[in-house]
Amino acid sequence: MTPLSMPPVAIGPLAPVLIVLGAAGLVLLLDLLPRPVGRELIATVALAGLVGALLATLARWGKPGRAFQDMLVLDDFALFANVVICYAAALVVMLSIDYLGRNGPETGEYYALVLFSTGGMMLLAAAGDLIVLFLALELMSLSLYVLAGLFKRELAASEASMKYFILGAFATSFLLYGIALIYGATGTTNLDRIAAAAAGRAHDPLLVIGLGLLLVGFGFKISSVPFHMWAPDVYQGAPTSVTALIATGSKAAALAALIRVLVTALRGSQPDWAVLLWVVAAITMTVGNVVAIAQSNLKRLLAYSSIAHVGYMLIGVVAGGSAGPGAVLFYLLTYAFTTAGAFGVLTLCERAQAEAVEVGDYAGLARRHPVLAAALGLFLLSLVGIPPLAGFVGKFYLFAAAVRAGYLWLAVIGVVNSAVAAYYYLRVVVFMYMREPEGAGARLVPSFAGGLALAIALIGIVLLGVIPAPFADLAQAAVAPLLR
Amino acid sequence: MTALLSAVTFVPMLGGLALVFVPRRRAGLLKTSALLIALLVFALSLPLYFGFDGDSADFQFEEQRVWMPTLGVSYHVGIDGISLLLVLLTTFLTPLALASAWHAIEDRLKEFVITVLVLETGMLGVFVSLDLFLFYVFWEAMLIPMYFIIGVWGGANRVYAAVKFVLYTLAGSLLMLVAILALYYRHGAATGAYTFDLVTLARWVVAPGLAQDLMFLAFALAFAIKVPLFPFHTWLPDAHVEAPTAGSVILAGVLLKMGTYGFLRFCLPLFPDASLAFGPFVVALAVVGIVYGAWVSTVQADVKKLVAYSSVSHLGFVMLGIFTLTQQGLVGGVIQMVNHGLSTGALFLMVGMIYERRHTRLIADFGGLWKVVPAFSALFLIVVLSSLGLPGLNGFVGEFLILVGAFGVSPRLAAVATTGIIFAAVYLLWMYQRVIFGEITHEENRALPDLSPREWAVLVPVVVFIVWIGVYPTTFTGKTEATLEALIAQVQSKSAAPRVSLAERGRGASESGHPPSAAASRTPLP
Repeated sequence: MTPLSMPPVAIGPLAPVLIVLGAAGLVLLLDLLPRPVGRELIATVALAGLVGALLATLARWGKPGRAFQDMLVLDDFALFANVVICYAAALVVMLSIDYLGRNGPETGEYYALVLFSTGGMMLLAAAGDLIVLFLALELMSLSLYVLAGLFKRELAASEASMKYFILGAFATSFLLYGIALIYGATGTTNLDRIAAAAAGRAHDPLLVIGLGLLLVGFGFKISSVPFHMWAPDVYQGAPTSVTALIATGSKAAALAALIRVLVTALRGSQPDWAVLLWVVAAITMTVGNVVAIAQSNLKRLLAYSSIAHVGYMLIGVVAGGSAGPGAVLFYLLTYAFTTAGAFGVLTLCERAQAEAVEVGDYAGLARRHPVLAAALGLFLLSLVGIPPLAGFVGKFYLFAAAVRAGYLWLAVIGVVNSAVAAYYYLRVVVFMYMREPEGAGARLVPSFAGGLALAIALIGIVLLGVIPAPFADLAQAAVAPLLR
Repeated sequence: MTALLSAVTFVPMLGGLALVFVPRRRAGLLKTSALLIALLVFALSLPLYFGFDGDSADFQFEEQRVWMPTLGVSYHVGIDGISLLLVLLTTFLTPLALASAWHAIEDRLKEFVITVLVLETGMLGVFVSLDLFLFYVFWEAMLIPMYFIIGVWGGANRVYAAVKFVLYTLAGSLLMLVAILALYYRHGAATGAYTFDLVTLARWVVAPGLAQDLMFLAFALAFAIKVPLFPFHTWLPDAHVEAPTAGSVILAGVLLKMGTYGFLRFCLPLFPDASLAFGPFVVALAVVGIVYGAWVSTVQADVKKLVAYSSVSHLGFVMLGIFTLTQQGLVGGVIQMVNHGLSTGALFLMVGMIYERRHTRLIADFGGLWKVVPAFSALFLIVVLSSLGLPGLNGFVGEFLILVGAFGVSPRLAAVATTGIIFAAVYLLWMYQRVIFGEITHEENRALPDLSPREWAVLVPVVVFIVWIGVYPTTFTGKTEATLEALIAQVQSKSAAPRVSLAERGRGASESGHPPSAAASRTPLP
């Protein structure tokens, strides 16, 4: 009888995820203590876990590692995505302290679930195997389904959660079926080995159908048209801090995984998926922007805007090469800063005025809270893509990648969309600055954590806008290992 | 001083940001310090004029620093004979605009002065940038302060006007972004040097054909909207009428020049073939704009709207001058940019002054003002005459040179354009007559106060320059002629053979076989 041989276990590449999951466990334990501890303490533990994961990620920069027989690939690409995810999650936690103070008592579960979903996102970005990818996706999604419906007393939240769950489960099954077909075609679930097995037979029907089903599943997670229907309802119904996490972290993770799968495993089918995604990108940005014009609810508006931004990012995926995915990665960073900031202002306003989510509620915000209005204004201008803010540079790299790869018309569709988008973002600015307030609004004093979160986001969008080069170059370099 | 140009560009913004820390209730301090900052910038910009070598066509006061090396983006600024005048115009008009708002703006004064100062940095940045990326950053960034000036401090319909202004401009300039990127990659692929540096890019030329045409059109659309060239002008009357006086002054004085400047700085040197090919169309649109703007001005009941439409007409002259591609036409175009900034700026200032007194701008509400406010009326007369091109004042110099240039290209078009000057006399003098002469028809007008010392201080500098340019334009044209000569030479030499100048093309098919004569475009100035 041969002795049972243990496979080598490399904890190093797992460290960032382990820190996050460890913090999640600790949060749960603290919540179980017979004498309830303050919610600030629990939030602090959660935040410490995320900052620890961020530091662990940064410490591993430039030292790629693989674990569990290539199940987990913590290369620079995953590390960059992890930075975006950790930042977004940390910001969400900081904003939640204010937000939960008014809205919900379920402190312990809330932070634990945020951390669990963050762990899932980090694993998703680092998945080197379709099975791990699926598991990570489920860990992330199931936590988010629960988070979306955490405020049980609100009907909209329950509806959002239910919708998210059912549609999400439906989409995940597509993804799983796609994985099965790809396994059937290539005999493996490992991304690198799929690439090797698929080489030279890009038109294998099994592979093509598998690719298609995979794109359906991912399309749902990144909310690209035509799989975007859930996004507005969920964004609107879910607690705003959770919406921020869905809009930034989960999107970053899913896009990172999508890029990894397409660029590594399915590089042979590049002509197929490039054409498909060209169309999806064009439709996604157009639908997102055009429908956003008609929205009066700010959360819905940002939902459609985030759909449009996915369209922009798909431009980078289509463009391919090293420039395309690099531009997407950089865009995710700028987008996380900007969107988390915008939702951050929303959570603060929502806290003070019962339900300040209609655009009209922001009339005259500049008079009541000049600083908050200026902050939201800057975040929105960054979403429009006005230089010298981060959003502009992000778009610049994306369009540059498209033009470089010869997708001139996709770039033109992108810029025309940007002009359309300016209309609805500026409409919010119009309400804040050019309309008079109706009645006296409540005083709004963000807590230290909330204020700090906004300050970080603001500094982020200005810094990334004025000196983007170091960060963009890092993003470009991070893509290199995928393209071997 | 090697960083003089950067100092001029960024001092307004830094000053504006410093004003953030001044408490809101110290209105007097805010106004005074903003004005002092703007005056300081003007003082800083004077050495640019005196230190500028007018005999050289090179960029001067150049600065170049690494910014985004992997992309080939650098912080590269510098001025030549064209941008020098526009930089000075900007630094000259901004303090006047601030002073004009002394009593007019009371609501959210702090935000206002900061916005104006940030806007000044944006405008100066556009004129000094020698890197396409840097230029684009300033070009877009400048939209936002102007949007706020119109939208927050404007008239009744301000939100509509502000949003229209931004969307129009944005739609045009975003296509320019794609063209910039296309140019960047084409240049990189052809020469191996991936750079956004204008000086480097201008030494190379895109192969004539569809690609160059499309790039030219993308750039031209962005600039044509800004100018505004007929039929892209519809945002202008709204923006002008709704903007507060200070906003109108800056809008007319400086912002519109960015469009014409863009044609000179980017379209002509980067896309010479397309510029020659599309030149006749641009000229035609310019002439249509001249006549159309003048006609529409004639029937306006609102003085401010009249002045706004007159801008369409005047800027048509500038575009006509530029696209004649002759020395006279270009010099006339450039000096007419300055003239329009001064004359129309002054017109808006004076319309604002009368509006502050009567809270109406309708011509029908006035009449007989000469008896009440003689000083105002006299200065208004000078400005009106300058705007309609009376010899001896600045407007004449520019329009004359432009028409001389245009006559060489196409006598017929020049003749049509000349009617624009006649109509200018009609609409401006008729307006003047109804507002200033005659009997006092409204009792409210009897007690209007004449110019205050502050208003004198705002108007006199403008009038001085109006007369100065009218009498001795060489002070200003002398700095710009070498640059323009080099520009024409560059366009002619870079465009592909056969090198038929626009002048030859305009003379009809029967003569097109004749060898081109460069002499036609090299005659000395009158």
